[in-house]
Amino acid sequence: MAMAEPDRGAALPFGSAEAHPAAAASTPTAGGLRRDLGLIAEMIEPGARVLDIGCGDGALLAHLVRHKNVDGRGMELSQSGVNACVGHGLSVIQGDADRDLEAYPTGAFDVVVLSQTLQATRQPRKLLETLVRIGRRAIVSFPNFGFWRIRLHLLLRGRMPVSHLLAHPWYETPNIHLCTIRDFVAMCDEIGVRVERSVTLDRHGRPYSLDPHGSLANLLAEQGVFVLSENRGKMAATARAAGRRS
Amino acid sequence: MSVLISSRLRPRSGQDWPGHRLLVREPLHLDCGVDLGPFTIAYQTYGELNPDRSNAILVCHALTGDQYVAEPHPITGKPGWWETMVGPGLVLDTDRFFIICANVLGGCMGTTGPQDINPQTGEPWALSFPVITVPDMVRAQKRLLDHLGIDSLFCVTGGSMGGMQVLQWAASYSESVFAAVPIAAAARHSAQNIAFHEVGRQAIMADPDWSGGRYLSLGRRPVRGLAVARMAAHITYLSEAALHRKFGRNLQDRHAVTYGFDADFQVESYLRHQGSTFVDRFDANSYLYITRAMDYFDLAAEHGGSLPNAFKGTRSRFCIISFTSDWLFPTSESRELVHALNAVTANVSFVEIDTDNGHDAFLLHEPELFETLRGFLTGCAEHRGLPR
Repeated sequence: MAMAEPDRGAALPFGSAEAHPAAAASTPTAGGLRRDLGLIAEMIEPGARVLDIGCGDGALLAHLVRHKNVDGRGMELSQSGVNACVGHGLSVIQGDADRDLEAYPTGAFDVVVLSQTLQATRQPRKLLETLVRIGRRAIVSFPNFGFWRIRLHLLLRGRMPVSHLLAHPWYETPNIHLCTIRDFVAMCDEIGVRVERSVTLDRHGRPYSLDPHGSLANLLAEQGVFVLSENRGKMAATARAAGRRS
Repeated sequence: MSVLISSRLRPRSGQDWPGHRLLVREPLHLDCGVDLGPFTIAYQTYGELNPDRSNAILVCHALTGDQYVAEPHPITGKPGWWETMVGPGLVLDTDRFFIICANVLGGCMGTTGPQDINPQTGEPWALSFPVITVPDMVRAQKRLLDHLGIDSLFCVTGGSMGGMQVLQWAASYSESVFAAVPIAAAARHSAQNIAFHEVGRQAIMADPDWSGGRYLSLGRRPVRGLAVARMAAHITYLSEAALHRKFGRNLQDRHAVTYGFDADFQVESYLRHQGSTFVDRFDANSYLYITRAMDYFDLAAEHGGSLPNAFKGTRSRFCIISFTSDWLFPTSESRELVHALNAVTANVSFVEIDTDNGHDAFLLHEPELFETLRGFLTGCAEHRGLPR
C-alpha cells in the first residue's frame, strides 16, 4: 500500500525517528507518552502479549515493554519507522495491516492495538474482524469525523476539514476511510464485534464520560478509544443486524 | 579470454592456512544416505568465550565465503569478508561476543570437501564425494559446537546461503538458538536461482580441463569454466542500478570501441577480473557441490510442505533482513518467512534496507544494516542478561 503515513502522532522516545505529520496530536502526559496512547497503555495488563499495528516510531511499544513488561510486537508500514524501532531493540516487522495480519493464528495475542490507523486502511471492516480474531481483545482508536469542529469546518468553510488529528489536505491524505463514532459503533454491531469498553476524548486528549452510543459523544469527542472482542453470540448479532436492515 | 587463464595452481587443502581444525571421528549421516567420516572442520574464532558460555555467535558464510571473516584471506591477502561487521567495537563486537565461523562441509578452505583425498582410494574425492545439503552443513557445525562445549548460541547469523544455514539452525536446533538473523536469504531456493546455478555448473563442466571432475588427479584445473561461472553469478549479486552507477557504458582504458571482442567496456573488464581472481581461491568441484546444496534447500518441504511447521514452538528471537534491490533473494521471500513465523507467533523483527547494492549489500558498508543489527543484538543481549 503506497501511501503516506496515517496521522498517528507520537511523542518521540528516541529522538531519531522521523516526526509524524500530526505530532501535535495531543498533549503528552508526564511520562512523555501522548495522552491517548497513555490511556491505551493503562488498558493493558502487565505481562500481556501485545501486537501494536501501525506502531510508528514505537513510542507505545517501548513504553509497554519498559513499564509493563509486556511481550510486545509491532507492525509498521514505513520502513524508516520499522528500522528505528528494531534499532532500538523492539520486535517490529515491516508490514501492512491490510495484508500481513492474516498469517497470525486465532488468539495469538492478548491485546491487539490499532491506534489512529484504522482510517488509513483499505478494508477497515475486514481488518476489524481480523483484529478480534488474532487478539483476545482489540484496542482501536480513531479520529471522530462527527466531531463538531469538523462538522462546522465543512459547513461554514465548505472545504475538506483539516485538524491536528487529520493534518493532511484532501489530495495527499492517507486517511481514506474516515468515520464517525456512530458509524464505528454501528459497524461493530453489524459484524458482531462486542464493545467491551469505550472512552471518548476531547480535543486535549482528556477522557469524557459520555456514552459512545449517544449523539453527544459523536458531537463532542475528537477521538474514540474502543476495547473490542469477538462476540460469542455473533450469530445472534448478525441476525439482529440483518433484521434491522430489512 | 586469455586473461582468464591463471598459471597459478590453487594450493590444495592448505594445511598451512591459519586457524583451527577439528577432526570429527564419528561419521555424519548425510541426507543423501551416506555416512561421511571421519571428517575435518576448519574454523576460526574471534573474541573470548565467557565463563558461562553464553556469548557465542555463529557466523555462517555464503556460497563462496569461508571462515576468514575478520582477517586477511590466506590465499588472496584481501580483508576478511565481514571485516565491516566483526571486530572490536563493531556490530559483532569481539570485545563482547565470541564469534565462530566454520568452513562449510563440501567447502575448499580446510573443511572436508571434494578436493580432499578419499582415504579409501588415495585419490581426491572429486565427484565420488557425497552430495551435501544445507542441513548436512548445519549438522557438521553442531558437532563443532558440541566439541567447543557450547549448548546455546546467543546468535546465529549470515547472509545468502549463510542465511539458509541460520534458518536451518533455527528449525533443527531451536533450543540452541537464542537469536537468529538470516540476511538476504529465503526458506527455499527459487527456480530462477537454480537456473543461474545450473548455468555456472554447466560452464565448469564444459571446460575440457574439468575432465569429468578428475582434474586434480590429472594435474589440471578448469579455471576458464569456473571463471565464467563466477562471472555469471556475480551479475546476480549486483543490481542494474549498481552496475549503471559503477560502470555505465564507460570504456576501459580507451576512447572508442575497438570493433572486436576485447573488454572494451569497464563492466566486462570488471567481470573478467572477478572471474580470474576467484579461480585462485576456489575449487571447481566445491562450487558444484555447494551450489547444489543451495538448490536442494527447501525448509517447508522438510516439514511436510508447511513452512510454519519448521518453526513450531520456537522461542528464538528472529530478525529478518532484506535489501530493496536484491533480486536474487527478494524481499517477497523474506516476507514469506515473516508470515510463517507470525503463524507460530514467533518473536520476529523484519527490516528491509533501502540500497541499490543488490544481493551483495550484506557484505558492503550499509550503515542502516549495521544500526539495525546493533539495536537488535543489544535488545537480545538485555533479554538474555548478557553483561555489557
